[in-house]
Amino acid sequence: MRSFLGTSVAKKIVMALAGLFLIIFLLVHLTINLFLLSDDPNPFNNAANFMAANPIIKAFELVLFAGFLIHITWGVILQIQNWLARPKKYIKHHSSQTSFFSKYMIYLGVIIFIFLIIHFVNFYFVKLGWVEGDPENFYDMAHKLFKIPVYSIIYLICFLFLAFHLHHAFQSAFQTIGLNHPKYTPTIKLIGTLYSIIVPLGFAIIPVIIYFFK
Amino acid sequence: MKITLKIWRQKTSQDKGKFVTYKLDDVSKEMTFLEMLDYLNEKIIMEGEIPIAFDSDCREGICGSCGLYINGRPNGPQKGVTTCQLSMSAFKDGDKITVEPWRSKAFPVLKDLIIDRNAFDELIQSGGYISVNTGAAPEANSIPIKKENSEIAFDAGVCIGCGSCVAACKNASAMLFISAKVSQYAVLPQGQVEAKERVQAMIKKMDELGFGNCTNTGACEAECPKEISLTNIARLNREFLAAKIS
Ligand code: HEM
Ligand code: FES
Repeated sequence: MRSFLGTSVAKKIVMALAGLFLIIFLLVHLTINLFLLSDDPNPFNNAANFMAANPIIKAFELVLFAGFLIHITWGVILQIQNWLARPKKYIKHHSSQTSFFSKYMIYLGVIIFIFLIIHFVNFYFVKLGWVEGDPENFYDMAHKLFKIPVYSIIYLICFLFLAFHLHHAFQSAFQTIGLNHPKYTPTIKLIGTLYSIIVPLGFAIIPVIIYFFK
Repeated sequence: MKITLKIWRQKTSQDKGKFVTYKLDDVSKEMTFLEMLDYLNEKIIMEGEIPIAFDSDCREGICGSCGLYINGRPNGPQKGVTTCQLSMSAFKDGDKITVEPWRSKAFPVLKDLIIDRNAFDELIQSGGYISVNTGAAPEANSIPIKKENSEIAFDAGVCIGCGSCVAACKNASAMLFISAKVSQYAVLPQGQVEAKERVQAMIKKMDELGFGNCTNTGACEAECPKEISLTNIARLNREFLAAKIS
Protein backbone atom coordinates (compact mmCIF):
# COMPACT_ATOMS: atom_id res chain seq x y z
CA MET A 1 0.00 0.00 0.00
CA ARG A 2 2.79 2.38 0.90
CA SER A 3 4.44 1.85 -2.44
CA PHE A 4 1.08 2.35 -4.09
CA LEU A 5 0.61 5.77 -2.59
CA GLY A 6 4.27 6.59 -2.98
CA THR A 7 4.34 7.83 -6.54
CA SER A 8 2.90 11.03 -7.91
CA VAL A 9 0.60 9.17 -10.30
CA ALA A 10 -0.88 7.07 -7.47
CA LYS A 11 -1.51 10.18 -5.41
CA LYS A 12 -3.11 11.83 -8.39
CA ILE A 13 -5.39 8.86 -9.06
CA VAL A 14 -6.54 8.70 -5.44
CA MET A 15 -7.10 12.42 -5.51
CA ALA A 16 -9.16 12.15 -8.69
CA LEU A 17 -11.32 9.40 -7.20
CA ALA A 18 -11.88 11.50 -4.09
CA GLY A 19 -12.74 14.44 -6.36
CA LEU A 20 -15.26 12.36 -8.32
CA PHE A 21 -16.81 11.27 -5.05
CA LEU A 22 -17.12 14.92 -4.03
CA ILE A 23 -18.75 15.65 -7.38
CA ILE A 24 -21.44 13.06 -6.67
CA PHE A 25 -21.84 14.36 -3.15
CA LEU A 26 -22.46 17.89 -4.47
CA LEU A 27 -25.47 16.58 -6.39
CA VAL A 28 -27.00 15.12 -3.25
CA HIS A 29 -26.26 18.28 -1.32
CA LEU A 30 -27.83 20.46 -4.00
CA THR A 31 -30.99 18.37 -4.03
CA ILE A 32 -31.44 18.89 -0.30
CA ASN A 33 -30.63 22.60 -0.52
CA LEU A 34 -33.33 23.16 -3.11
CA PHE A 35 -35.89 22.34 -0.37
CA LEU A 36 -34.84 25.68 1.15
CA LEU A 37 -36.91 27.35 -1.56
CA SER A 38 -40.09 25.80 -0.22
CA ASP A 39 -42.15 28.02 2.10
CA ASP A 40 -42.60 25.06 4.37
CA PRO A 41 -39.49 24.51 6.54
CA ASN A 42 -40.34 20.86 7.15
CA PRO A 43 -39.05 19.15 4.01
CA PHE A 44 -35.62 20.72 4.41
CA ASN A 45 -35.42 20.21 8.16
CA ASN A 46 -36.61 16.63 7.82
CA ALA A 47 -33.94 15.93 5.24
CA ALA A 48 -31.31 17.58 7.43
CA ASN A 49 -32.48 15.70 10.53
CA PHE A 50 -32.58 12.45 8.64
CA MET A 51 -28.99 13.09 7.63
CA ALA A 52 -28.10 13.78 11.25
CA ALA A 53 -29.84 10.74 12.70
CA ASN A 54 -29.39 7.92 10.21
CA PRO A 55 -26.38 5.74 11.12
CA ILE A 56 -25.66 4.86 7.50
CA ILE A 57 -25.52 8.54 6.63
CA LYS A 58 -23.36 9.06 9.70
CA ALA A 59 -20.87 6.59 8.33
CA PHE A 60 -21.13 8.27 4.97
CA GLU A 61 -20.23 11.54 6.65
CA LEU A 62 -16.92 10.05 7.76
CA VAL A 63 -16.23 8.93 4.21
CA LEU A 64 -17.04 12.43 3.06
CA PHE A 65 -14.57 13.96 5.50
CA ALA A 66 -11.96 11.48 4.37
CA GLY A 67 -12.73 12.42 0.77
CA PHE A 68 -12.12 16.09 1.42
CA LEU A 69 -9.07 15.38 3.52
CA ILE A 70 -7.46 13.13 0.92
CA HIS A 71 -8.31 15.43 -1.95
CA ILE A 72 -6.94 18.49 -0.21
CA THR A 73 -3.85 16.86 1.32
CA TRP A 74 -2.73 15.13 -1.86
CA GLY A 75 -3.64 18.22 -3.88
CA VAL A 76 -1.37 20.40 -1.77
CA ILE A 77 1.49 17.87 -1.67
CA LEU A 78 1.42 17.40 -5.45
CA GLN A 79 1.23 21.14 -6.00
CA ILE A 80 4.30 21.70 -3.84
CA GLN A 81 6.20 19.06 -5.82
CA ASN A 82 5.16 20.85 -8.98
CA TRP A 83 6.37 24.20 -7.76
CA LEU A 84 9.71 22.68 -6.78
CA ALA A 85 10.13 21.09 -10.21
CA ARG A 86 10.87 24.50 -11.73
CA PRO A 87 13.03 26.40 -9.28
CA LYS A 88 13.98 29.04 -11.84
CA LYS A 89 11.04 30.53 -13.71
CA TYR A 90 10.87 31.75 -17.28
CA ILE A 91 10.82 35.53 -17.62
CA LYS A 92 8.67 35.48 -20.72
CA HIS A 93 5.20 34.42 -19.71
CA HIS A 94 3.77 31.16 -20.91
CA SER A 95 1.62 31.51 -23.99
CA SER A 96 0.85 27.88 -24.77
CA GLN A 97 -2.72 26.86 -25.56
CA THR A 98 -4.00 25.13 -22.46
CA SER A 99 -7.01 24.37 -20.35
CA PHE A 100 -7.34 27.81 -18.71
CA PHE A 101 -8.58 27.01 -15.20
CA SER A 102 -6.11 24.16 -14.80
CA LYS A 103 -3.44 26.75 -14.07
CA TYR A 104 -5.28 28.09 -11.03
CA MET A 105 -6.68 24.90 -9.46
CA ILE A 106 -4.77 25.25 -6.20
CA TYR A 107 -5.91 28.86 -5.70
CA LEU A 108 -9.49 27.96 -6.58
CA GLY A 109 -9.18 25.05 -4.16
CA VAL A 110 -7.97 27.34 -1.38
CA ILE A 111 -11.03 29.55 -1.87
CA ILE A 112 -13.30 26.50 -1.72
CA PHE A 113 -11.45 25.45 1.42
CA ILE A 114 -12.10 28.83 3.05
CA PHE A 115 -15.75 28.41 2.16
CA LEU A 116 -15.77 24.97 3.74
CA ILE A 117 -14.51 26.46 6.98
CA ILE A 118 -17.24 29.11 7.01
CA HIS A 119 -19.76 26.40 6.20
CA PHE A 120 -18.61 24.24 9.07
CA VAL A 121 -18.73 27.07 11.54
CA ASN A 122 -22.30 27.84 10.44
CA PHE A 123 -23.84 24.43 10.32
CA TYR A 124 -21.75 21.56 11.43
CA PHE A 125 -20.47 23.23 14.56
CA VAL A 126 -24.04 24.07 15.53
CA LYS A 127 -24.89 20.42 15.13
CA LEU A 128 -22.02 19.48 17.41
CA GLY A 129 -23.10 22.15 19.86
CA TRP A 130 -19.83 24.11 19.52
CA VAL A 131 -21.53 27.18 18.11
CA GLU A 132 -24.88 28.63 19.20
CA GLY A 133 -27.93 27.92 17.03
CA ASP A 134 -30.86 25.57 16.71
CA PRO A 135 -29.77 22.26 15.20
CA GLU A 136 -33.44 21.32 14.74
CA ASN A 137 -34.07 24.25 12.46
CA PHE A 138 -31.36 24.74 9.86
CA TYR A 139 -34.04 26.01 7.49
CA ASP A 140 -34.52 29.05 9.63
CA MET A 141 -30.80 29.53 10.08
CA ALA A 142 -30.09 29.34 6.34
CA HIS A 143 -32.85 31.82 5.61
CA LYS A 144 -31.48 34.22 8.22
CA LEU A 145 -27.94 33.92 6.87
CA PHE A 146 -28.99 34.51 3.28
CA LYS A 147 -30.76 37.70 4.31
CA ILE A 148 -27.36 39.14 5.23
CA PRO A 149 -26.06 40.71 1.98
CA VAL A 150 -22.34 40.23 2.72
CA TYR A 151 -22.89 36.59 3.54
CA SER A 152 -24.82 35.96 0.36
CA ILE A 153 -22.25 37.76 -1.77
CA ILE A 154 -19.37 35.74 -0.28
CA TYR A 155 -21.46 32.62 -0.86
CA LEU A 156 -22.04 33.51 -4.51
CA ILE A 157 -18.36 34.28 -5.13
CA CYS A 158 -17.31 30.96 -3.62
CA PHE A 159 -19.65 29.08 -5.92
CA LEU A 160 -18.32 30.98 -8.91
CA PHE A 161 -14.85 29.74 -8.02
CA LEU A 162 -16.20 26.25 -7.42
CA ALA A 163 -17.59 26.38 -10.96
CA PHE A 164 -14.14 27.28 -12.30
CA HIS A 165 -12.56 24.46 -10.28
CA LEU A 166 -15.08 21.94 -11.53
CA HIS A 167 -14.82 23.06 -15.13
CA HIS A 168 -11.28 21.70 -15.34
CA ALA A 169 -11.69 19.08 -12.63
CA PHE A 170 -14.50 17.00 -14.09
CA GLN A 171 -12.79 15.97 -17.32
CA SER A 172 -9.35 16.01 -15.69
CA ALA A 173 -10.41 13.31 -13.24
CA PHE A 174 -11.38 11.00 -16.09
CA GLN A 175 -8.05 11.55 -17.80
CA THR A 176 -6.25 10.88 -14.51
CA ILE A 177 -7.92 7.54 -13.95
CA GLY A 178 -7.03 6.62 -17.50
CA LEU A 179 -10.37 7.08 -19.22
CA ASN A 180 -9.67 8.89 -22.44
CA HIS A 181 -11.23 7.77 -25.66
CA PRO A 182 -11.57 9.63 -28.96
CA LYS A 183 -15.26 8.77 -29.06
CA TYR A 184 -16.29 9.43 -25.45
CA THR A 185 -13.94 12.16 -24.23
CA PRO A 186 -15.78 14.99 -26.03
CA THR A 187 -19.00 13.83 -24.31
CA ILE A 188 -17.27 13.71 -20.92
CA LYS A 189 -16.00 17.25 -21.49
CA LEU A 190 -19.48 18.41 -22.42
CA ILE A 191 -21.05 16.81 -19.35
CA GLY A 192 -18.27 18.38 -17.25
CA THR A 193 -18.98 21.81 -18.65
CA LEU A 194 -22.72 21.42 -18.06
CA TYR A 195 -22.17 20.07 -14.55
CA SER A 196 -19.77 22.89 -13.68
CA ILE A 197 -22.36 25.46 -14.77
CA ILE A 198 -25.62 23.90 -13.59
CA VAL A 199 -24.63 22.63 -10.14
CA PRO A 200 -22.92 25.81 -8.85
CA LEU A 201 -25.74 27.83 -10.44
CA GLY A 202 -28.26 25.66 -8.60
CA PHE A 203 -26.55 26.45 -5.29
CA ALA A 204 -26.24 30.12 -6.20
CA ILE A 205 -29.87 30.82 -7.06
CA ILE A 206 -30.98 29.80 -3.56
CA PRO A 207 -29.59 32.84 -1.69
CA VAL A 208 -30.68 35.12 -4.53
CA ILE A 209 -34.27 33.91 -4.40
CA ILE A 210 -34.37 33.95 -0.61
CA TYR A 211 -32.89 37.45 -0.46
CA PHE A 212 -35.26 39.01 -2.96
CA PHE A 213 -38.43 36.98 -2.76
CA LYS A 214 -38.78 35.32 0.63
CA MET B 1 14.34 42.46 -41.22
CA LYS B 2 15.45 44.04 -37.93
CA ILE B 3 15.08 42.10 -34.72
CA THR B 4 16.07 42.50 -31.08
CA LEU B 5 17.09 39.39 -29.19
CA LYS B 6 17.12 38.99 -25.44
CA ILE B 7 19.18 35.88 -24.79
CA TRP B 8 20.04 34.03 -21.58
CA ARG B 9 23.82 33.98 -21.01
CA GLN B 10 25.35 31.86 -18.27
CA LYS B 11 29.09 31.07 -18.18
CA THR B 12 28.93 27.81 -16.22
CA SER B 13 26.38 25.74 -14.35
CA GLN B 14 27.41 27.59 -11.17
CA ASP B 15 27.19 31.07 -12.70
CA LYS B 16 24.12 33.17 -11.84
CA GLY B 17 23.53 34.11 -15.46
CA LYS B 18 21.74 37.09 -17.00
CA PHE B 19 19.91 38.20 -20.12
CA VAL B 20 21.92 40.02 -22.78
CA THR B 21 20.29 42.04 -25.56
CA TYR B 22 21.54 41.79 -29.15
CA LYS B 23 20.33 43.63 -32.23
CA LEU B 24 20.44 42.26 -35.75
CA ASP B 25 19.65 44.50 -38.73
CA ASP B 26 19.73 42.19 -41.69
CA VAL B 27 17.96 38.95 -40.85
CA SER B 28 16.45 37.17 -43.82
CA LYS B 29 13.06 35.49 -43.62
CA GLU B 30 14.59 32.50 -45.34
CA MET B 31 16.88 31.78 -42.41
CA THR B 32 15.98 29.16 -39.86
CA PHE B 33 16.07 30.25 -36.24
CA LEU B 34 19.36 28.43 -35.65
CA GLU B 35 20.90 29.95 -38.79
CA MET B 36 19.97 33.33 -37.38
CA LEU B 37 21.75 32.39 -34.13
CA ASP B 38 24.78 31.16 -36.14
CA TYR B 39 24.81 34.50 -37.90
CA LEU B 40 24.61 36.35 -34.60
CA ASN B 41 27.46 34.20 -33.25
CA GLU B 42 29.67 35.09 -36.23
CA LYS B 43 29.17 38.75 -35.39
CA ILE B 44 29.88 38.10 -31.71
CA ILE B 45 33.09 36.24 -32.62
CA MET B 46 34.19 39.07 -34.93
CA GLU B 47 33.83 41.42 -32.00
CA GLY B 48 36.13 39.16 -29.99
CA GLU B 49 33.44 38.01 -27.59
CA ILE B 50 32.43 34.48 -26.58
CA PRO B 51 29.65 33.12 -28.84
CA ILE B 52 26.31 31.94 -27.49
CA ALA B 53 26.34 28.23 -26.67
CA PHE B 54 23.33 26.26 -27.88
CA ASP B 55 22.78 22.63 -28.84
CA SER B 56 21.98 21.24 -32.26
CA ASP B 57 22.90 18.24 -34.30
CA CYS B 58 20.68 17.00 -37.12
CA ARG B 59 18.97 20.32 -37.84
CA GLU B 60 16.08 18.47 -39.40
CA GLY B 61 13.85 17.71 -36.44
CA ILE B 62 15.10 14.22 -35.67
CA CYS B 63 17.69 14.25 -32.91
CA GLY B 64 15.83 16.39 -30.39
CA SER B 65 18.85 18.28 -29.13
CA CYS B 66 18.06 21.83 -30.20
CA GLY B 67 15.07 22.94 -28.09
CA LEU B 68 14.91 26.57 -26.96
CA TYR B 69 12.19 28.49 -25.15
CA ILE B 70 11.33 31.29 -27.53
CA ASN B 71 8.92 34.09 -26.62
CA GLY B 72 7.19 32.08 -23.93
CA ARG B 73 6.88 28.85 -25.88
CA PRO B 74 9.09 25.85 -26.54
CA ASN B 75 10.34 26.02 -30.14
CA GLY B 76 8.68 29.40 -30.73
CA PRO B 77 5.43 30.37 -32.40
CA GLN B 78 5.12 27.71 -35.13
CA LYS B 79 3.19 24.54 -34.36
CA GLY B 80 4.64 21.06 -34.71
CA VAL B 81 8.26 22.09 -35.26
CA THR B 82 11.52 21.71 -33.39
CA THR B 83 13.64 24.80 -32.83
CA CYS B 84 15.89 23.87 -35.76
CA GLN B 85 12.83 23.71 -38.03
CA LEU B 86 11.55 27.08 -36.87
CA SER B 87 11.70 29.61 -39.66
CA MET B 88 12.42 33.30 -39.25
CA SER B 89 9.37 33.87 -41.43
CA ALA B 90 7.39 33.31 -38.22
CA PHE B 91 8.67 36.71 -37.04
CA LYS B 92 8.25 40.20 -38.41
CA ASP B 93 10.40 43.28 -38.72
CA GLY B 94 10.99 44.96 -35.37
CA ASP B 95 10.14 41.89 -33.29
CA LYS B 96 11.65 41.43 -29.84
CA ILE B 97 12.52 37.78 -29.27
CA THR B 98 13.30 36.37 -25.84
CA VAL B 99 15.33 33.16 -25.85
CA GLU B 100 15.63 31.06 -22.70
CA PRO B 101 16.90 27.56 -21.99
CA TRP B 102 14.43 24.87 -20.82
CA ARG B 103 13.75 25.56 -17.16
CA SER B 104 13.38 22.50 -14.98
CA LYS B 105 14.99 21.17 -11.84
CA ALA B 106 15.77 17.95 -13.73
CA PHE B 107 17.46 19.79 -16.63
CA PRO B 108 20.15 22.03 -15.10
CA VAL B 109 21.66 24.68 -17.36
CA LEU B 110 25.25 23.86 -18.32
CA LYS B 111 26.08 26.96 -20.31
CA ASP B 112 23.97 29.71 -21.92
CA LEU B 113 21.15 27.85 -23.67
CA ILE B 114 22.55 24.34 -23.22
CA ILE B 115 20.91 22.13 -20.63
CA ASP B 116 21.89 18.78 -19.19
CA ARG B 117 19.41 16.29 -20.63
CA ASN B 118 20.71 13.24 -18.78
CA ALA B 119 17.48 12.95 -16.84
CA PHE B 120 15.77 11.67 -20.00
CA ASP B 121 18.49 9.05 -20.49
CA GLU B 122 17.95 7.93 -16.92
CA LEU B 123 14.23 7.65 -17.58
CA ILE B 124 14.87 5.47 -20.60
CA GLN B 125 17.29 3.34 -18.58
CA SER B 126 14.63 2.86 -15.93
CA GLY B 127 12.23 1.15 -18.34
CA GLY B 128 12.09 2.60 -21.83
CA TYR B 129 13.40 -0.52 -23.54
CA ILE B 130 12.53 -4.10 -24.36
CA SER B 131 14.72 -7.13 -23.79
CA VAL B 132 15.49 -9.14 -26.92
CA ASN B 133 17.77 -12.06 -27.53
CA THR B 134 20.75 -11.35 -29.73
CA GLY B 135 21.01 -13.15 -33.04
CA ALA B 136 19.47 -12.77 -36.42
CA ALA B 137 16.52 -10.41 -36.74
CA PRO B 138 13.27 -12.35 -36.45
CA GLU B 139 11.02 -12.69 -39.47
CA ALA B 140 8.98 -9.48 -39.53
CA ASN B 141 5.64 -11.11 -40.31
CA SER B 142 5.84 -13.80 -37.66
CA ILE B 143 4.04 -11.67 -35.08
CA PRO B 144 0.94 -10.08 -36.64
CA ILE B 145 -0.03 -6.75 -35.12
CA LYS B 146 -3.37 -5.00 -35.47
CA LYS B 147 -3.22 -1.96 -37.69
CA GLU B 148 -4.70 0.35 -35.05
CA ASN B 149 -2.13 -0.82 -32.49
CA SER B 150 0.76 -0.33 -34.85
CA GLU B 151 -0.54 3.19 -35.48
CA ILE B 152 -0.77 3.99 -31.77
CA ALA B 153 2.74 2.63 -31.26
CA PHE B 154 4.07 4.59 -34.18
CA ASP B 155 2.41 7.85 -33.16
CA ALA B 156 3.96 7.48 -29.71
CA GLY B 157 7.24 6.24 -31.14
CA VAL B 158 7.93 9.44 -33.06
CA CYS B 159 8.90 11.11 -29.78
CA ILE B 160 12.43 12.45 -30.19
CA GLY B 161 13.03 13.14 -26.50
CA CYS B 162 13.59 16.86 -27.02
CA GLY B 163 12.06 17.84 -23.68
CA SER B 164 9.59 20.40 -25.10
CA CYS B 165 6.87 18.78 -22.98
CA VAL B 166 8.85 19.37 -19.80
CA ALA B 167 9.68 22.90 -20.91
CA ALA B 168 6.06 23.71 -21.71
CA CYS B 169 4.47 22.10 -18.66
CA LYS B 170 3.73 24.48 -15.80
CA ASN B 171 4.83 21.63 -13.51
CA ALA B 172 7.94 20.71 -15.52
CA SER B 173 6.50 17.21 -15.72
CA ALA B 174 7.90 14.48 -17.94
CA MET B 175 4.57 12.66 -18.16
CA LEU B 176 4.11 13.12 -21.90
CA PHE B 177 7.60 11.76 -22.53
CA ILE B 178 7.25 8.66 -20.37
CA SER B 179 3.68 8.13 -21.55
CA ALA B 180 4.94 8.03 -25.14
CA LYS B 181 7.53 5.41 -24.19
CA VAL B 182 5.07 3.36 -22.15
CA SER B 183 2.38 3.57 -24.84
CA GLN B 184 4.68 2.58 -27.63
CA TYR B 185 5.40 -0.72 -25.88
CA ALA B 186 2.04 -1.22 -24.16
CA VAL B 187 0.21 -1.89 -27.41
CA LEU B 188 2.85 -4.20 -28.92
CA PRO B 189 3.47 -7.84 -27.98
CA GLN B 190 7.20 -7.16 -27.68
CA GLY B 191 6.52 -4.76 -24.82
CA GLN B 192 4.43 -7.10 -22.67
CA VAL B 193 7.25 -8.89 -20.86
CA GLU B 194 8.36 -5.84 -18.88
CA ALA B 195 5.05 -3.95 -19.09
CA LYS B 196 4.22 -3.95 -15.39
CA GLU B 197 7.69 -3.07 -14.19
CA ARG B 198 8.21 -0.53 -16.93
CA VAL B 199 5.34 1.77 -16.07
CA GLN B 200 6.03 1.69 -12.35
CA ALA B 201 9.78 2.13 -12.69
CA MET B 202 9.50 5.04 -15.09
CA ILE B 203 7.03 6.90 -12.89
CA LYS B 204 9.16 6.28 -9.82
CA LYS B 205 12.24 7.51 -11.64
CA MET B 206 10.41 10.58 -12.89
CA ASP B 207 9.52 11.54 -9.33
CA GLU B 208 13.07 10.87 -8.13
CA LEU B 209 14.62 13.04 -10.81
CA GLY B 210 12.57 16.02 -9.63
CA PHE B 211 10.10 16.32 -12.50
CA GLY B 212 6.63 17.54 -11.56
CA ASN B 213 3.42 15.60 -12.10
CA CYS B 214 0.52 15.96 -14.46
CA THR B 215 -2.40 18.34 -13.94
CA ASN B 216 -3.88 17.64 -17.37
CA THR B 217 -3.25 21.21 -18.47
CA GLY B 218 -2.30 20.17 -21.98
CA ALA B 219 0.59 22.54 -22.67
CA CYS B 220 2.82 19.56 -23.51
CA GLU B 221 0.51 18.34 -26.25
CA ALA B 222 0.13 21.87 -27.61
CA GLU B 223 3.90 22.36 -27.85
CA CYS B 224 5.20 18.90 -28.75
CA PRO B 225 7.02 19.20 -32.09
CA LYS B 226 5.84 15.68 -32.91
CA GLU B 227 2.29 16.43 -31.71
CA ILE B 228 2.15 13.52 -29.31
CA SER B 229 -1.30 13.26 -27.80
CA LEU B 230 -2.53 13.46 -24.20
CA THR B 231 -4.31 10.16 -24.76
CA ASN B 232 -0.90 8.59 -24.11
CA ILE B 233 -0.92 10.03 -20.60
CA ALA B 234 -4.33 8.47 -19.98
CA ARG B 235 -2.89 5.17 -21.24
CA LEU B 236 0.07 5.56 -18.88
CA ASN B 237 -2.33 6.10 -15.97
CA ARG B 238 -4.33 3.09 -17.08
CA GLU B 239 -1.25 0.91 -17.38
CA PHE B 240 -0.14 2.06 -13.96
CA LEU B 241 -3.49 1.23 -12.39
CA ALA B 242 -3.55 -2.15 -14.10
CA ALA B 243 -0.03 -2.94 -12.92
CA LYS B 244 -0.95 -2.03 -9.34
CA ILE B 245 -4.30 -3.80 -9.19
CA SER B 246 -3.47 -7.04 -10.95
C1 HEM C 1 -16.47 20.36 -3.42
C2 HEM C 1 -15.23 20.54 -3.50
C3 HEM C 1 -14.29 19.97 -4.55
C4 HEM C 1 -14.51 19.15 -5.62
C5 HEM C 1 -15.82 18.53 -6.06
C6 HEM C 1 -13.24 18.96 -6.29
C7 HEM C 1 -13.04 18.18 -7.40
C8 HEM C 1 -11.83 18.03 -8.04
C9 HEM C 1 -11.57 17.10 -9.10
C10 HEM C 1 -12.56 16.10 -9.69
C11 HEM C 1 -10.29 17.30 -9.51
C12 HEM C 1 -9.60 16.60 -10.67
C13 HEM C 1 -8.63 15.59 -10.17
C14 HEM C 1 -7.72 15.10 -11.23
O1 HEM C 1 -7.58 15.68 -12.28
O2 HEM C 1 -7.09 14.09 -11.04
C15 HEM C 1 -9.73 18.32 -8.69
C16 HEM C 1 -8.44 18.78 -8.78
C17 HEM C 1 -7.82 19.56 -7.83
N1 HEM C 1 -8.39 20.08 -6.68
FE1 HEM C 1 -10.33 19.87 -6.17
N2 HEM C 1 -12.26 19.66 -5.62
C18 HEM C 1 -12.87 20.27 -4.54
C19 HEM C 1 -12.25 21.04 -3.56
C20 HEM C 1 -10.89 21.28 -3.50
C21 HEM C 1 -10.21 21.91 -2.40
C22 HEM C 1 -10.85 22.38 -1.13
C23 HEM C 1 -8.88 21.96 -2.76
C24 HEM C 1 -7.65 22.47 -2.01
C25 HEM C 1 -7.46 23.27 -1.13
C26 HEM C 1 -8.73 21.41 -4.07
C27 HEM C 1 -7.56 21.35 -4.77
C28 HEM C 1 -7.41 20.74 -5.99
C29 HEM C 1 -6.16 20.68 -6.71
C30 HEM C 1 -4.82 21.27 -6.28
C31 HEM C 1 -6.41 19.94 -7.86
C32 HEM C 1 -5.41 19.50 -8.88
C33 HEM C 1 -5.52 20.34 -10.03
C34 HEM C 1 -5.07 19.68 -11.25
O3 HEM C 1 -4.76 18.51 -11.26
O4 HEM C 1 -5.04 20.40 -12.23
N3 HEM C 1 -9.97 20.98 -4.50
N4 HEM C 1 -10.68 18.76 -7.78
S1 FES D 1 18.90 19.77 -34.23
FE1 FES D 1 18.12 17.78 -34.26
S2 FES D 1 16.04 18.11 -33.79
FE2 FES D 1 16.78 20.12 -33.99
